Amino acid sequence: MKKLFPILALLTAIFLIYTSYQALRVAPTDALQGDVYRIIYYHVPSAWTAFLLFFINFIASVQYLARTRASSQRTVQWVVIAIGVAGVAATFLPQVQSLLPAGMRPSAVATTVLAIPAFYFLLGWLFPGDRMDMLALTAAEVGVVFCTIVLVTGPIWARPVWGIWWAPGDIRLTSTLVLWLIYVSYLVLRRFSSSAQTQILAAALAIFGALDVPLVYLSIWFFRTQHPQPVIGGGGSMDPRMLHTLLLSWMAFLCFGFLVCWSRFRMEVLKREVEGAEAMESLAGGAATPKASLPLSRSAR
Amino acid sequence: MNSLWAVTLATLVKDIRLEWRSKDALNSMLFFSLLVVVIFVFSFDPLAEESRHIVGGLVWIAFLFAAVVALNQTWARELRNQVLDAYRVSPAPANGLFIAKAVGNFIFVCVLEALMTPLFVIFYNLHVLGPAWQLIPIALLGTWALVVNGTFFAAMSLRTRNREIMLPLLLFPVSIPAVIGMVAGTTAILTGENSAHFYIVLLLTYDVVFTTACLGLFKTILHAE
Repeated sequence: MKKLFPILALLTAIFLIYTSYQALRVAPTDALQGDVYRIIYYHVPSAWTAFLLFFINFIASVQYLARTRASSQRTVQWVVIAIGVAGVAATFLPQVQSLLPAGMRPSAVATTVLAIPAFYFLLGWLFPGDRMDMLALTAAEVGVVFCTIVLVTGPIWARPVWGIWWAPGDIRLTSTLVLWLIYVSYLVLRRFSSSAQTQILAAALAIFGALDVPLVYLSIWFFRTQHPQPVIGGGGSMDPRMLHTLLLSWMAFLCFGFLVCWSRFRMEVLKREVEGAEAMESLAGGAATPKASLPLSRSAR
Repeated sequence: MNSLWAVTLATLVKDIRLEWRSKDALNSMLFFSLLVVVIFVFSFDPLAEESRHIVGGLVWIAFLFAAVVALNQTWARELRNQVLDAYRVSPAPANGLFIAKAVGNFIFVCVLEALMTPLFVIFYNLHVLGPAWQLIPIALLGTWALVVNGTFFAAMSLRTRNREIMLPLLLFPVSIPAVIGMVAGTTAILTGENSAHFYIVLLLTYDVVFTTACLGLFKTILHAE
Protein backbone atom coordinates (compact mmCIF):
# COMPACT_ATOMS: atom_id res chain seq x y z
CA MET A 1 0.00 0.00 0.00
CA LYS A 2 2.82 2.35 0.92
CA LYS A 3 4.48 1.90 -2.47
CA LEU A 4 1.23 2.61 -4.25
CA PHE A 5 1.03 6.16 -2.88
CA PRO A 6 3.73 7.85 -5.02
CA ILE A 7 2.42 6.14 -8.16
CA LEU A 8 -1.11 7.31 -7.47
CA ALA A 9 0.18 10.78 -6.60
CA LEU A 10 1.96 10.99 -9.93
CA LEU A 11 -1.12 9.79 -11.83
CA THR A 12 -3.30 12.31 -10.00
CA ALA A 13 -0.88 15.12 -10.80
CA ILE A 14 -0.98 14.20 -14.49
CA PHE A 15 -4.78 13.97 -14.33
CA LEU A 16 -5.01 17.42 -12.66
CA ILE A 17 -2.75 18.98 -15.29
CA TYR A 18 -4.80 17.37 -18.06
CA THR A 19 -8.11 18.66 -16.63
CA SER A 20 -6.59 22.13 -16.17
CA TYR A 21 -5.69 22.08 -19.86
CA GLN A 22 -9.21 20.92 -20.71
CA ALA A 23 -10.75 23.61 -18.50
CA LEU A 24 -8.62 26.49 -19.71
CA ARG A 25 -8.13 25.65 -23.39
CA VAL A 26 -10.47 22.98 -24.71
CA ALA A 27 -13.82 23.82 -23.07
CA PRO A 28 -15.87 26.34 -25.09
CA THR A 29 -16.13 29.93 -23.91
CA ASP A 30 -19.41 30.91 -22.30
CA ALA A 31 -21.62 33.07 -24.51
CA LEU A 32 -22.66 35.47 -21.75
CA GLN A 33 -19.82 35.44 -19.23
CA GLY A 34 -16.81 34.99 -21.48
CA ASP A 35 -13.71 33.37 -20.05
CA VAL A 36 -14.56 34.30 -16.47
CA TYR A 37 -16.88 31.32 -16.23
CA ARG A 38 -13.92 28.91 -16.41
CA ILE A 39 -13.54 29.19 -12.65
CA ILE A 40 -16.54 26.83 -12.55
CA TYR A 41 -14.12 23.96 -13.15
CA TYR A 42 -12.55 24.68 -9.77
CA HIS A 43 -15.51 26.09 -7.85
CA VAL A 44 -18.08 23.36 -8.48
CA PRO A 45 -15.80 20.28 -8.12
CA SER A 46 -14.47 21.68 -4.83
CA ALA A 47 -18.02 22.17 -3.60
CA TRP A 48 -19.06 18.64 -4.53
CA THR A 49 -15.93 17.18 -2.93
CA ALA A 50 -16.44 19.24 0.24
CA PHE A 51 -20.09 18.19 0.58
CA LEU A 52 -19.17 14.56 -0.02
CA LEU A 53 -16.52 14.75 2.71
CA PHE A 54 -18.92 16.41 5.17
CA PHE A 55 -21.43 13.70 4.38
CA ILE A 56 -18.79 11.05 5.11
CA ASN A 57 -17.99 12.85 8.37
CA PHE A 58 -21.66 12.76 9.37
CA ILE A 59 -22.05 9.07 8.56
CA ALA A 60 -18.81 8.24 10.39
CA SER A 61 -19.91 10.26 13.44
CA VAL A 62 -23.29 8.54 13.62
CA GLN A 63 -21.61 5.17 13.21
CA TYR A 64 -19.04 6.00 15.91
CA LEU A 65 -21.70 7.09 18.42
CA ALA A 66 -23.89 4.10 17.60
CA ARG A 67 -21.02 1.74 18.35
CA THR A 68 -20.79 2.85 21.97
CA ARG A 69 -23.69 0.46 22.76
CA ALA A 70 -24.78 -2.72 21.01
CA SER A 71 -28.48 -1.91 21.31
CA SER A 72 -28.13 1.55 19.77
CA GLN A 73 -26.03 0.08 16.98
CA ARG A 74 -28.85 -2.25 15.99
CA THR A 75 -31.43 0.53 16.22
CA VAL A 76 -29.39 2.87 14.04
CA GLN A 77 -28.87 0.10 11.46
CA TRP A 78 -32.60 -0.43 11.11
CA VAL A 79 -33.21 3.34 10.99
CA VAL A 80 -30.66 3.67 8.18
CA ILE A 81 -32.25 0.81 6.21
CA ALA A 82 -35.69 2.32 6.77
CA ILE A 83 -34.47 5.72 5.51
CA GLY A 84 -33.11 4.08 2.36
CA VAL A 85 -36.28 2.09 1.60
CA ALA A 86 -38.73 4.85 2.53
CA GLY A 87 -36.70 7.51 0.71
CA VAL A 88 -36.56 5.57 -2.54
CA ALA A 89 -40.23 4.57 -2.36
CA ALA A 90 -41.33 8.13 -1.55
CA THR A 91 -39.64 9.69 -4.57
CA PHE A 92 -41.93 7.69 -6.88
CA LEU A 93 -45.15 8.84 -5.22
CA PRO A 94 -46.86 11.56 -7.23
CA GLN A 95 -47.49 13.67 -4.09
CA VAL A 96 -43.79 13.80 -3.26
CA GLN A 97 -42.81 14.34 -6.88
CA SER A 98 -44.92 17.48 -7.03
CA LEU A 99 -42.98 18.82 -4.01
CA LEU A 100 -39.62 18.50 -5.77
CA PRO A 101 -38.21 21.68 -7.31
CA ALA A 102 -38.88 22.02 -11.03
CA GLY A 103 -36.39 20.07 -13.14
CA MET A 104 -35.13 17.85 -10.30
CA ARG A 105 -35.53 14.25 -11.37
CA PRO A 106 -36.96 11.69 -8.91
CA SER A 107 -34.32 9.15 -9.92
CA ALA A 108 -31.55 11.60 -8.91
CA VAL A 109 -33.19 12.11 -5.50
CA ALA A 110 -33.62 8.36 -5.04
CA THR A 111 -29.94 7.75 -5.81
CA THR A 112 -28.91 10.41 -3.30
CA VAL A 113 -31.12 8.87 -0.63
CA LEU A 114 -29.69 5.43 -1.36
CA ALA A 115 -26.21 6.81 -0.69
CA ILE A 116 -27.07 7.04 3.03
CA PRO A 117 -27.41 3.28 3.74
CA ALA A 118 -24.75 2.46 1.14
CA PHE A 119 -22.14 4.71 2.77
CA TYR A 120 -23.22 3.68 6.26
CA PHE A 121 -22.61 0.00 5.73
CA LEU A 122 -19.59 0.42 3.45
CA LEU A 123 -17.78 2.69 5.93
CA GLY A 124 -18.81 0.49 8.84
CA TRP A 125 -17.23 -2.47 7.12
CA LEU A 126 -14.07 -0.64 6.00
CA PHE A 127 -13.28 1.23 9.22
CA PRO A 128 -13.60 -0.88 12.34
CA GLY A 129 -13.30 0.48 15.89
CA ASP A 130 -11.41 3.68 16.47
CA ARG A 131 -10.57 4.06 12.80
CA MET A 132 -14.11 5.35 12.28
CA ASP A 133 -13.28 8.37 14.40
CA MET A 134 -10.05 8.95 12.50
CA LEU A 135 -12.07 8.86 9.28
CA ALA A 136 -14.45 11.48 10.69
CA LEU A 137 -11.55 13.74 11.63
CA THR A 138 -9.84 13.31 8.25
CA ALA A 139 -13.04 13.97 6.31
CA ALA A 140 -13.80 17.10 8.35
CA GLU A 141 -10.32 18.55 7.94
CA VAL A 142 -10.04 17.96 4.21
CA GLY A 143 -13.67 19.00 3.76
CA VAL A 144 -12.97 22.34 5.43
CA VAL A 145 -10.08 22.90 3.01
CA PHE A 146 -12.26 22.23 -0.04
CA CYS A 147 -15.09 24.31 1.42
CA THR A 148 -12.63 27.18 1.89
CA ILE A 149 -11.72 26.91 -1.79
CA VAL A 150 -15.43 27.17 -2.63
CA LEU A 151 -15.89 30.22 -0.45
CA VAL A 152 -12.82 31.92 -1.94
CA THR A 153 -13.50 31.14 -5.61
CA GLY A 154 -17.20 32.01 -5.25
CA PRO A 155 -16.74 35.76 -4.59
CA ILE A 156 -13.96 35.94 -7.20
CA TRP A 157 -16.47 34.64 -9.73
CA ALA A 158 -19.42 36.63 -8.38
CA ARG A 159 -17.71 40.02 -8.59
CA PRO A 160 -17.47 40.23 -12.42
CA VAL A 161 -20.72 38.32 -13.07
CA TRP A 162 -23.15 39.61 -10.42
CA GLY A 163 -21.32 42.86 -9.68
CA ILE A 164 -21.06 42.03 -5.97
CA TRP A 165 -18.64 39.91 -4.00
CA TRP A 166 -21.24 38.37 -1.76
CA ALA A 167 -25.03 38.18 -1.86
CA PRO A 168 -26.18 38.39 1.78
CA GLY A 169 -29.13 36.17 2.54
CA ASP A 170 -28.63 33.99 -0.52
CA ILE A 171 -29.68 30.46 0.33
CA ARG A 172 -26.71 28.60 -1.15
CA LEU A 173 -24.07 31.07 -0.09
CA THR A 174 -25.35 31.31 3.46
CA SER A 175 -25.79 27.57 3.92
CA THR A 176 -22.29 26.87 2.62
CA LEU A 177 -20.86 29.52 4.93
CA VAL A 178 -22.73 28.13 7.93
CA LEU A 179 -21.57 24.63 7.04
CA TRP A 180 -18.01 25.90 6.95
CA LEU A 181 -18.44 27.65 10.31
CA ILE A 182 -19.86 24.50 11.90
CA TYR A 183 -16.99 22.37 10.70
CA VAL A 184 -14.40 24.92 11.79
CA SER A 185 -15.95 24.83 15.25
CA TYR A 186 -15.79 21.04 15.03
CA LEU A 187 -12.05 21.22 14.35
CA VAL A 188 -11.59 23.76 17.16
CA LEU A 189 -13.35 21.39 19.55
CA ARG A 190 -11.09 18.55 18.51
CA ARG A 191 -8.07 20.72 19.06
CA PHE A 192 -9.01 22.04 22.49
CA SER A 193 -10.46 18.91 23.98
CA SER A 194 -8.44 16.50 26.06
CA SER A 195 -7.83 13.30 24.16
CA ALA A 196 -9.94 10.75 26.01
CA GLN A 197 -13.45 12.09 25.36
CA THR A 198 -12.86 14.22 22.28
CA GLN A 199 -14.12 11.58 19.91
CA ILE A 200 -17.56 11.25 21.44
CA LEU A 201 -17.96 15.01 21.91
CA ALA A 202 -16.91 15.68 18.34
CA ALA A 203 -19.26 13.02 16.99
CA ALA A 204 -22.14 14.62 18.89
CA LEU A 205 -21.25 18.04 17.50
CA ALA A 206 -21.14 16.64 13.96
CA ILE A 207 -24.69 15.35 14.39
CA PHE A 208 -25.82 18.77 15.65
CA GLY A 209 -24.18 20.36 12.63
CA ALA A 210 -25.92 17.97 10.25
CA LEU A 211 -29.28 18.72 11.87
CA ASP A 212 -28.57 22.41 11.50
CA VAL A 213 -28.09 22.47 7.73
CA PRO A 214 -31.74 21.79 6.75
CA LEU A 215 -32.83 24.43 9.28
CA VAL A 216 -30.45 26.97 7.76
CA TYR A 217 -32.07 26.17 4.42
CA LEU A 218 -35.53 26.64 5.91
CA SER A 219 -34.61 29.86 7.70
CA ILE A 220 -33.68 31.64 4.49
CA TRP A 221 -36.43 30.10 2.42
CA PHE A 222 -37.97 33.49 1.67
CA PHE A 223 -34.85 35.05 0.30
CA ARG A 224 -34.34 34.95 -3.44
CA THR A 225 -31.38 32.95 -4.67
CA GLN A 226 -28.95 34.46 -7.10
CA HIS A 227 -26.98 31.28 -7.39
CA PRO A 228 -27.74 29.07 -10.42
CA GLN A 229 -29.58 25.77 -9.99
CA PRO A 230 -27.60 22.53 -9.62
CA VAL A 231 -26.05 21.31 -12.84
CA ILE A 232 -26.83 17.64 -12.32
CA GLY A 233 -30.27 16.46 -11.22
CA GLY A 234 -31.40 20.06 -10.98
CA GLY A 235 -33.00 22.36 -13.49
CA GLY A 236 -29.79 23.75 -14.96
CA SER A 237 -28.71 23.01 -18.50
CA MET A 238 -25.19 23.02 -19.82
CA ASP A 239 -23.28 22.48 -23.02
CA PRO A 240 -22.29 18.76 -23.10
CA ARG A 241 -18.63 19.67 -23.71
CA MET A 242 -18.65 21.89 -20.62
CA LEU A 243 -20.36 19.17 -18.58
CA HIS A 244 -17.81 16.66 -19.77
CA THR A 245 -14.92 18.90 -18.63
CA LEU A 246 -16.70 19.62 -15.36
CA LEU A 247 -17.12 15.93 -14.58
CA LEU A 248 -13.50 15.21 -15.55
CA SER A 249 -12.44 18.02 -13.29
CA TRP A 250 -14.50 16.60 -10.45
CA MET A 251 -12.90 13.18 -10.95
CA ALA A 252 -9.47 14.80 -10.71
CA PHE A 253 -10.47 16.69 -7.54
CA LEU A 254 -11.86 13.48 -6.06
CA CYS A 255 -8.58 11.67 -6.74
CA PHE A 256 -6.67 14.54 -5.21
CA GLY A 257 -9.01 14.67 -2.19
CA PHE A 258 -8.70 10.91 -1.75
CA LEU A 259 -4.91 11.10 -1.73
CA VAL A 260 -4.87 13.95 0.79
CA CYS A 261 -7.34 12.07 2.99
CA TRP A 262 -5.27 8.93 2.74
CA SER A 263 -2.05 10.56 3.87
CA ARG A 264 -3.87 12.50 6.62
CA PHE A 265 -5.45 9.25 7.78
CA ARG A 266 -2.07 7.49 7.87
CA MET A 267 -0.68 10.39 9.88
CA GLU A 268 -3.51 10.12 12.40
CA VAL A 269 -2.99 6.36 12.74
CA LEU A 270 0.72 6.87 13.42
CA LYS A 271 0.03 9.73 15.83
CA ARG A 272 -2.32 7.59 17.89
CA GLU A 273 0.15 4.69 17.86
CA VAL A 274 2.82 7.03 19.20
CA GLU A 275 0.48 8.41 21.86
CA GLY A 276 -0.51 4.90 22.89
CA ALA A 277 3.11 3.83 23.08
CA GLU A 278 4.01 6.88 25.15
CA ALA A 279 1.14 6.21 27.52
CA MET A 280 2.23 2.60 27.92
CA GLU A 281 5.78 3.72 28.51
CA SER A 282 4.83 6.15 31.26
CA LEU A 283 2.64 3.44 32.79
CA ALA A 284 5.60 1.06 32.81
CA GLY A 285 7.46 3.66 34.85
CA GLY A 286 10.66 5.61 34.40
CA ALA A 287 12.68 2.69 35.77
CA ALA A 288 12.74 0.92 32.43
CA THR A 289 15.74 1.82 30.33
CA PRO A 290 15.03 3.52 26.98
CA LYS A 291 16.40 0.56 25.05
CA ALA A 292 14.07 -1.88 26.71
CA SER A 293 11.02 0.29 26.15
CA LEU A 294 8.45 0.02 23.38
CA PRO A 295 9.63 0.14 19.78
CA LEU A 296 8.00 3.46 18.86
CA SER A 297 9.40 5.41 21.78
CA ARG A 298 12.48 6.56 19.93
CA SER A 299 10.69 7.98 16.92
CA ALA A 300 8.26 9.69 19.28
CA ARG A 301 10.98 11.88 20.78
CA MET B 1 -40.59 8.34 34.78
CA ASN B 2 -41.31 9.28 38.36
CA SER B 3 -37.66 9.49 39.29
CA LEU B 4 -36.95 11.63 36.21
CA TRP B 5 -39.34 14.34 37.39
CA ALA B 6 -38.19 14.01 41.01
CA VAL B 7 -34.56 14.54 39.95
CA THR B 8 -35.49 17.37 37.61
CA LEU B 9 -37.50 19.16 40.23
CA ALA B 10 -34.91 18.70 42.97
CA THR B 11 -32.07 20.02 40.78
CA LEU B 12 -34.16 22.89 39.47
CA VAL B 13 -35.24 23.99 42.95
CA LYS B 14 -31.64 23.73 44.16
CA ASP B 15 -30.36 25.84 41.27
CA ILE B 16 -33.01 28.51 41.68
CA ARG B 17 -32.42 28.65 45.42
CA LEU B 18 -28.65 29.00 44.89
CA GLU B 19 -29.23 31.71 42.32
CA TRP B 20 -31.73 33.48 44.57
CA ARG B 21 -29.19 33.61 47.38
CA SER B 22 -26.09 34.50 45.38
CA LYS B 23 -27.59 36.20 42.27
CA ASP B 24 -24.25 35.55 40.56
CA ALA B 25 -25.48 34.67 37.08
CA LEU B 26 -28.33 37.17 37.00
CA ASN B 27 -26.27 40.13 38.15
CA SER B 28 -23.45 39.49 35.74
CA MET B 29 -25.91 38.94 32.86
CA LEU B 30 -27.85 42.09 33.67
CA PHE B 31 -24.80 44.28 33.91
CA PHE B 32 -23.29 42.74 30.81
CA SER B 33 -26.36 43.31 28.64
CA LEU B 34 -26.75 46.81 30.07
CA LEU B 35 -23.22 47.54 28.89
CA VAL B 36 -24.02 46.15 25.46
CA VAL B 37 -27.13 48.35 25.21
CA VAL B 38 -25.21 51.47 26.24
CA ILE B 39 -22.38 50.77 23.81
CA PHE B 40 -24.87 50.21 20.99
CA VAL B 41 -26.63 53.48 21.80
CA PHE B 42 -23.33 55.36 21.63
CA SER B 43 -22.19 53.69 18.44
CA PHE B 44 -25.45 54.00 16.43
CA ASP B 45 -27.56 56.84 17.84
CA PRO B 46 -30.43 56.09 15.44
CA LEU B 47 -33.70 57.85 14.65
CA ALA B 48 -36.93 56.13 15.70
CA GLU B 49 -37.63 55.00 12.14
CA GLU B 50 -34.18 53.46 11.64
CA SER B 51 -34.09 51.91 15.07
CA ARG B 52 -37.11 49.75 14.25
CA HIS B 53 -35.04 48.05 11.57
CA ILE B 54 -31.93 47.46 13.64
CA VAL B 55 -33.23 46.90 17.17
CA GLY B 56 -34.32 43.32 16.43
CA GLY B 57 -30.69 42.48 15.77
CA LEU B 58 -29.28 44.49 18.67
CA VAL B 59 -31.68 43.03 21.26
CA TRP B 60 -30.86 39.48 20.33
CA ILE B 61 -27.12 40.07 20.14
CA ALA B 62 -27.26 41.51 23.67
CA PHE B 63 -29.30 38.56 24.95
CA LEU B 64 -27.15 36.03 23.12
CA PHE B 65 -23.96 37.36 24.70
CA ALA B 66 -25.59 37.65 28.10
CA ALA B 67 -26.94 34.11 27.88
CA VAL B 68 -23.42 32.82 27.25
CA VAL B 69 -22.32 34.44 30.52
CA ALA B 70 -25.00 32.50 32.40
CA LEU B 71 -24.50 29.27 30.49
CA ASN B 72 -20.81 29.23 31.29
CA GLN B 73 -21.63 29.17 34.98
CA THR B 74 -24.25 26.38 34.85
CA TRP B 75 -21.99 23.40 35.03
CA ALA B 76 -19.03 25.04 36.75
CA ARG B 77 -21.11 24.93 39.93
CA GLU B 78 -21.33 21.14 39.70
CA LEU B 79 -17.60 20.70 39.26
CA ARG B 80 -16.83 21.85 42.78
CA ASN B 81 -16.64 18.93 45.24
CA GLN B 82 -16.97 16.52 42.28
CA VAL B 83 -20.77 16.78 42.23
CA LEU B 84 -20.88 15.87 38.57
CA ASP B 85 -18.80 12.73 39.17
CA ALA B 86 -21.13 11.72 41.96
CA TYR B 87 -24.05 12.28 39.60
CA ARG B 88 -22.42 10.11 36.96
CA VAL B 89 -22.10 7.09 39.24
CA SER B 90 -25.59 7.50 40.70
CA PRO B 91 -28.51 5.70 39.02
CA ALA B 92 -30.40 9.00 38.56
CA PRO B 93 -31.53 9.62 34.96
CA ALA B 94 -29.10 11.88 33.10
CA ASN B 95 -31.86 13.70 31.26
CA GLY B 96 -33.36 14.86 34.55
CA LEU B 97 -30.22 16.82 35.23
CA PHE B 98 -30.22 18.24 31.71
CA ILE B 99 -33.86 19.32 31.76
CA ALA B 100 -33.39 20.96 35.16
CA LYS B 101 -30.34 22.89 33.99
CA ALA B 102 -31.98 23.95 30.73
CA VAL B 103 -35.18 25.07 32.44
CA GLY B 104 -33.17 26.90 35.09
CA ASN B 105 -31.21 28.78 32.45
CA PHE B 106 -34.43 29.45 30.55
CA ILE B 107 -35.93 31.09 33.64
CA PHE B 108 -32.80 33.20 34.26
CA VAL B 109 -32.61 34.43 30.66
CA CYS B 110 -36.35 35.15 30.59
CA VAL B 111 -36.02 37.25 33.76
CA LEU B 112 -33.15 39.10 32.11
CA GLU B 113 -35.20 39.75 28.99
CA ALA B 114 -38.17 41.00 31.01
CA LEU B 115 -35.90 43.45 32.81
CA MET B 116 -33.93 44.57 29.77
CA THR B 117 -36.71 45.03 27.20
CA PRO B 118 -38.05 48.24 28.83
CA LEU B 119 -34.52 49.67 28.65
CA PHE B 120 -34.37 49.01 24.92
CA VAL B 121 -37.76 50.67 24.48
CA ILE B 122 -36.55 53.74 26.37
CA PHE B 123 -33.16 54.06 24.72
CA TYR B 124 -34.43 53.56 21.17
CA ASN B 125 -37.89 55.24 21.35
CA LEU B 126 -39.60 52.11 20.11
CA HIS B 127 -43.20 51.96 18.93
CA VAL B 128 -44.28 48.56 17.73
CA LEU B 129 -46.17 48.77 14.42
CA GLY B 130 -47.11 45.07 14.06
CA PRO B 131 -49.01 42.76 16.41
CA ALA B 132 -46.98 43.14 19.61
CA TRP B 133 -48.26 40.01 21.35
CA GLN B 134 -46.39 37.91 18.78
CA LEU B 135 -43.15 39.09 20.36
CA ILE B 136 -43.93 36.84 23.33
CA PRO B 137 -43.89 33.49 21.44
CA ILE B 138 -40.81 34.65 19.54
CA ALA B 139 -39.02 35.56 22.76
CA LEU B 140 -39.97 32.33 24.52
CA LEU B 141 -39.17 30.02 21.61
CA GLY B 142 -35.98 31.92 20.76
CA THR B 143 -34.77 31.85 24.34
CA TRP B 144 -35.42 28.14 24.60
CA ALA B 145 -33.53 27.60 21.32
CA LEU B 146 -30.48 29.40 22.72
CA VAL B 147 -30.67 27.83 26.14
CA VAL B 148 -31.26 24.20 25.23
CA ASN B 149 -28.28 24.08 22.87
CA GLY B 150 -26.25 26.30 25.17
CA THR B 151 -26.75 24.00 28.14
CA PHE B 152 -25.75 21.02 26.02
CA PHE B 153 -22.65 22.66 24.59
CA ALA B 154 -21.67 24.00 28.01
CA ALA B 155 -21.68 20.41 29.26
CA MET B 156 -19.61 19.48 26.23
CA SER B 157 -17.05 22.25 26.69
CA LEU B 158 -16.56 21.30 30.35
CA ARG B 159 -14.01 18.73 29.22
CA THR B 160 -12.03 21.13 27.08
CA ARG B 161 -9.26 23.59 27.74
CA ASN B 162 -10.34 27.28 27.83
CA ARG B 163 -13.95 26.23 28.22
CA GLU B 164 -15.23 29.78 28.65
CA ILE B 165 -14.18 30.53 25.07
CA MET B 166 -15.20 27.14 23.75
CA LEU B 167 -18.91 27.60 24.49
CA PRO B 168 -19.61 30.52 22.10
CA LEU B 169 -17.41 28.91 19.46
CA LEU B 170 -19.59 25.80 19.53
CA LEU B 171 -22.92 27.48 20.19
CA PHE B 172 -22.98 30.35 17.71
CA PRO B 173 -22.59 28.42 14.42
CA VAL B 174 -25.32 25.94 15.32
CA SER B 175 -27.58 28.77 16.55
CA ILE B 176 -27.50 30.70 13.28
CA PRO B 177 -30.92 29.49 12.00
CA ALA B 178 -32.50 30.32 15.37
CA VAL B 179 -30.84 33.74 15.43
CA ILE B 180 -32.09 34.44 11.89
CA GLY B 181 -35.59 33.43 13.01
CA MET B 182 -35.51 35.60 16.14
CA VAL B 183 -34.04 38.67 14.49
CA ALA B 184 -36.14 38.52 11.32
CA GLY B 185 -39.30 37.76 13.31
CA THR B 186 -38.72 40.62 15.76
CA THR B 187 -37.96 43.04 12.93
CA ALA B 188 -41.09 41.91 11.06
CA ILE B 189 -43.23 42.69 14.11
CA LEU B 190 -41.53 45.98 14.97
CA THR B 191 -41.83 47.35 11.45
CA GLY B 192 -45.19 45.71 10.77
CA GLU B 193 -44.12 45.14 7.17
CA ASN B 194 -44.72 41.42 6.96
CA SER B 195 -46.03 38.51 8.98
CA ALA B 196 -43.92 36.79 11.61
CA HIS B 197 -45.82 33.48 11.46
CA PHE B 198 -43.16 31.80 9.36
CA TYR B 199 -40.46 32.65 11.90
CA ILE B 200 -42.52 31.35 14.80
CA VAL B 201 -42.93 28.05 12.97
CA LEU B 202 -39.21 28.04 12.16
CA LEU B 203 -38.27 28.58 15.82
CA LEU B 204 -40.72 25.91 16.90
CA THR B 205 -39.18 23.42 14.45
CA TYR B 206 -35.69 24.35 15.62
CA ASP B 207 -36.71 23.87 19.26
CA VAL B 208 -38.32 20.48 18.65
CA VAL B 209 -35.39 19.17 16.59
CA PHE B 210 -32.65 20.28 18.96
CA THR B 211 -34.48 19.46 22.19
CA THR B 212 -34.87 15.92 20.88
CA ALA B 213 -31.22 15.77 19.84
CA CYS B 214 -30.04 17.08 23.22
CA LEU B 215 -32.16 14.63 25.18
CA GLY B 216 -30.99 11.79 22.96
CA LEU B 217 -27.29 12.58 23.24
CA PHE B 218 -26.91 14.07 26.71
CA LYS B 219 -26.40 10.73 28.45
CA THR B 220 -23.55 9.89 26.08
CA ILE B 221 -21.94 13.26 26.70
CA LEU B 222 -22.28 13.04 30.47
CA HIS B 223 -20.75 9.58 30.59
CA ALA B 224 -18.08 10.20 27.94
CA GLU B 225 -14.85 8.98 29.48
